[in-house]
Amino acid sequence: MARRENPEINAGSMADIAFLLLIFFLVTTTMNVDSGVSKKLSEKPPEDYVPPVIKEKNIFEVNINRDNDLLVEGDRMDIKDLKEAAMAFIDNGGGEGKIDEGVKTGPCTYCQGEKSPSSSDHPNKAIISVQSDRGTEYGTYLKVQNELIKAYSELRNRLSKERYGIPFPELEEAYKDDRSNTELKKKVEDIKKSYPEIISDAEPTSN
Amino acid sequence: MSKFGKKKKGMPAVNTAALPDIVFMLLFFFMVTTTMRETDLKIENPRLPNATEVKKLEHKSLVSTIYVGKSKDAARHGTGYNRIQLNDKIATADDVPAFIINERSKVSEAEVPFMTTSIKADKESSVGTIIDIRLKLRDVNALKISYSASPGDNN
Repeated sequence: MARRENPEINAGSMADIAFLLLIFFLVTTTMNVDSGVSKKLSEKPPEDYVPPVIKEKNIFEVNINRDNDLLVEGDRMDIKDLKEAAMAFIDNGGGEGKIDEGVKTGPCTYCQGEKSPSSSDHPNKAIISVQSDRGTEYGTYLKVQNELIKAYSELRNRLSKERYGIPFPELEEAYKDDRSNTELKKKVEDIKKSYPEIISDAEPTSN
Repeated sequence: MSKFGKKKKGMPAVNTAALPDIVFMLLFFFMVTTTMRETDLKIENPRLPNATEVKKLEHKSLVSTIYVGKSKDAARHGTGYNRIQLNDKIATADDVPAFIINERSKVSEAEVPFMTTSIKADKESSVGTIIDIRLKLRDVNALKISYSASPGDNN
């Protein structure tokens, strides 16, 4: 009665288990994707460049001092209120828009702001100027930038829903998937042009 | 009755036919999940700020990364969160243009306008350092930048 035959264990399902594990890991691992707040710098101005005269009311001034406090249009403000203030400023629409390649854009028809004469004329004229100190913490600076971008994206989103019935991120996503679609392209550009993101960085103070 | 009477005898050998499957599975798993880091970090891993309006960086080959943070070797580079690392050494803002030009030479000319500079800076670094870098980037016309941040809303 010694061992004569060695019948094998059925290992047919081993491959199934292996695949199960493989799929499990594939699904659950997140690869770390680099993400960040993207910005486009302005080009270096030529040496004899004279900056255009901009009306005081079209500039929304944000100052961050080196203790990371915020001064907005001359008043102290908390970061959490910044978005609302920026939105009110951009969306004011108190006057005529800028002249774009000889074509007047006229008053802002889609703005829902107060139309106050002492705030911005038109979203395409509204400039947000951020001035920070050299000693300001980078974290605070980025938080401010984030709030300002959020103000713009919220306005764009609102307009996109109004005009095309879908949120702006979805519209952009659809365009990204189908670059050749001219209709989508027109829509995306229309929204972007209606609320152009004009955030400028002023020369930092140092002391 | 004899059908049920048979009894298997002895120790069966374990089948190892599936072993290659498992090994390949592990191999693929590691291949997929490992991200190569070309540069050794000479600064402490920057604690990225949080932001909600983040965009994913596409085309890894077109991204050049500048790290800003606290040096690991405080005796040599001093404390403070304003050390700049380019490639694998601590540098100053003046070295940024050379770094960008070097990065550009690695990609084809048609792709140069799509190159993005990602600034991975610690929360506590100062804006002055970032602005120095930014001015240098503007000098060499590297205008697309991305302030690296982790998505999220806390703090």
